[in-house]
Amino acid sequence: MSEEHPTGLSIRGAVKVYPGTRALKGVDFDIRMGAVNVLVGENGAGKSTLMKIIAGVEELTEGEILLDGEPVTFRSKDDAVRAGIGIVFQELNLFAEMTVAENVFIGRERARLGIDIDGDVEAEQTTRLMKRLEQKIAPDTVLGHLRIGQQQIVEIAKALAQDVNILILDEPTSALSAHEVDVLFRVIEDLKRQGVGIVYISHRLEELIRIGDYITVLRDGEITGERSMQGVDIPWIVRAMIGDKSKDFASALNHEFGPEAFRAEDVCLPRPGGGFIVDHLSLSVRAGEVLGLYGLMGAGRTEFLECVMAQHHGSTGRYYVYGEELRSPSVAGRIRKGIALVPEDRKRDGLVQIMSIRENLTLSSVRRIARLFHLDPAREIKKAAEYIKRLTIKVSNPENPVSSLSGGNQQKVVIGKALMTEPRILLMDEPSRGIDIGAKAEIYRLIRKLASDGLAILFVTSDLEEVVALADRIAVMADGRKTGEFPNTAPAAEIIAAATPRKQKDTAA
Amino acid sequence: MSETITAAPRPAARPNLLLLVLEMRTYLALLLVFTYFAIMAPNFLSVDNAVLISKHVAINAFLAIGMTFVIITGGIDLSVGSVVGLTGMVAGYLVLDGIYIGGGYTVYFNTIEIVAIVCCVGVFVGWINGILITRFKVAPFIATLGMLYVARGISLLLSGGRTFPNLNGDPEYGSDTFPLIGSGTVLGLPVMIWALIVVTLLAIYISRRTPLGRHIYATGGNERSAALSGVNVDRTKLFVYMFSGLMAAIVGIIIASQLKASHPATGEFFELNAIAAAVLGGTSMAGGRGRIWGTIVGAFVIGILADGLIMMGVSSFWQMVIKGLVIIAAVVIDQFQSRLQSRIALAQETEGGR
Repeated sequence: MSEEHPTGLSIRGAVKVYPGTRALKGVDFDIRMGAVNVLVGENGAGKSTLMKIIAGVEELTEGEILLDGEPVTFRSKDDAVRAGIGIVFQELNLFAEMTVAENVFIGRERARLGIDIDGDVEAEQTTRLMKRLEQKIAPDTVLGHLRIGQQQIVEIAKALAQDVNILILDEPTSALSAHEVDVLFRVIEDLKRQGVGIVYISHRLEELIRIGDYITVLRDGEITGERSMQGVDIPWIVRAMIGDKSKDFASALNHEFGPEAFRAEDVCLPRPGGGFIVDHLSLSVRAGEVLGLYGLMGAGRTEFLECVMAQHHGSTGRYYVYGEELRSPSVAGRIRKGIALVPEDRKRDGLVQIMSIRENLTLSSVRRIARLFHLDPAREIKKAAEYIKRLTIKVSNPENPVSSLSGGNQQKVVIGKALMTEPRILLMDEPSRGIDIGAKAEIYRLIRKLASDGLAILFVTSDLEEVVALADRIAVMADGRKTGEFPNTAPAAEIIAAATPRKQKDTAA
Repeated sequence: MSETITAAPRPAARPNLLLLVLEMRTYLALLLVFTYFAIMAPNFLSVDNAVLISKHVAINAFLAIGMTFVIITGGIDLSVGSVVGLTGMVAGYLVLDGIYIGGGYTVYFNTIEIVAIVCCVGVFVGWINGILITRFKVAPFIATLGMLYVARGISLLLSGGRTFPNLNGDPEYGSDTFPLIGSGTVLGLPVMIWALIVVTLLAIYISRRTPLGRHIYATGGNERSAALSGVNVDRTKLFVYMFSGLMAAIVGIIIASQLKASHPATGEFFELNAIAAAVLGGTSMAGGRGRIWGTIVGAFVIGILADGLIMMGVSSFWQMVIKGLVIIAAVVIDQFQSRLQSRIALAQETEGGR
């Protein structure tokens, strides 16, 4: 089948082990030249790891990379660049204070005698790239003045500026308008004709079907589907992505829900420069209920939770806990009223890495543990030990720094910290991000257990399998708005459809 | 925090000699300089000398305690030296001239009132630093650098650049006890040493046994996590700068009382000595890590080193070189220790956690 599309780069038996997790478990992957190779899978399925290996950012634990049939090793990103591999990462790697041209040529400056930067050549080439991408962006514009979508275009231009044989696009359209997506697809067609092999990663399934020639589906570090795009439809992709066993952790603990525990009304968070990140969102959770808030990246889910947690001063809206309106503008005030948050990024928002496990557990409740101003160490140690036991956190010594724990156990520490404040509503942002499958199941069981004890739980996720498996009720968010509400028996395709942003023609561009 | 690991050793944890040596390095350094000068410098071991050195050390130790809290929150306070100068001048002004309230009346204060007012001045300067940093989001380095100039300028303005001499006080106003702060003794120990002991114990208590102390460490360790955990980060920062200002005021009073005079240039470069003592004692400039007791030991290392070298007749040029080298060496060893420590903890958790 690869007569017209020869295999350019292939990976055989790829295994990648991180401390505590196996991100890839023997993956074979081929990049066919002159075609769009689509890679799809849930968050944490191993897509990004695979791409990082191809781009030379990470090295394989086992397995090999073949370039035109020859085994190669990429020790650094430079090796991959030399081999003609370009990558557009999901996160923008740009410098807001520099001009567009400087950004496009960062690290590869065109210089006379290797010293004097030739600004004219850079500007000219940037202008040509922008014309190709049908953008009216002057090369001397300061990057920070551009819209996020335009910045993403610059990121793509950066990859196009180097002559690549293989181009990896990791969620390139997450911030693009419908028109910009069309332009990008035309550029991709163009590259295909030149024989460039393209790897395209996206969560927007209809986009994949539109642009892809070959599709590979990853799940938990293994390939669960691989074929040419002919005859592939969304249900097939969903099946390969989440499997048939999606009801594994099912809501086995059936119990009656209590009264309404938490209600958010008309929550708005304006986006700087117009529009809303969170757009008039209302929802409610009952005691004992697990509500899953599903949405793609950039849908505004995390920002919504941050609004509830009083992190955005510009946000408006009303919140009620058991009918009582929350008025305190401080985090401590919200915590006192019974709201606790388990944030998405453990390292950045959840833990103080250099503090001990004990100190992290008690951080939110030291005032509660202290008598007046005196903090009794024995009392604190006892309290920490109680939660370590209750959440079965595997630690050899609670005095060790929390950074020494595995991802799953770190997550349990964050949950323990939240529970120690004796919350009535638990907010969880991507509760299973970055932890391995065993720990995941444990976290799920814990969430179900907490709900059956009468806690109201609102969790946010971009993982379809997770939301279907864990939630009693599913709310879907797109572009800051609530676009649907489903029972957990709803077909996955419907949920995905609701989560797809409806891009209006971007008049601003 | 490093101390907790040795504080609660478990039978399973293998003792690591190297780590133990590294952890005790500040004490070892203290022992080393002490023994060296005890042998090499004549009269080093005399009681008079010990008291003298302690007095020198105390000046720096007060400031270093305040600085340690500030650095643990991830900040820096460059203004303390100038605040020492300013508060000293205010003290001198109050002792000599009192406050003119109009209508031909001037209010004079007794010693306790003077001390209280001067302390308030120090705390107030710290409060301004804190407000600049928390409310106006000025980087601590810049905010306190600005304050360094402002406070120094004001202290020069107070006297037109002159020294306030003869601060003997006046028995009529109850301020004749002012010189005793710097020269008096209680139970054979100078008053200022007693003050240092009290402040040290208080600071250790705050850092280890109060929610406030925990919040100071959490703020420096990860400000975002701390804020999301309900820690009032702004209030915590405000506290540490105010505390640092208070420490500077205490030093200002002590120096003015010791010399019975206040000079507007007093305290120049004191902030650098305070930072040096904190760093030598294991405080991490990145925030989140540090110990009051370590800082005290660090201040003693610096103090003994300086006085010992003087007693041995080493040139002051060489003294500076040696002091600098000691500080750099301390930080290099510190980096090495934290790497080793995290490796051991990681090994312990992977072993025991499965």
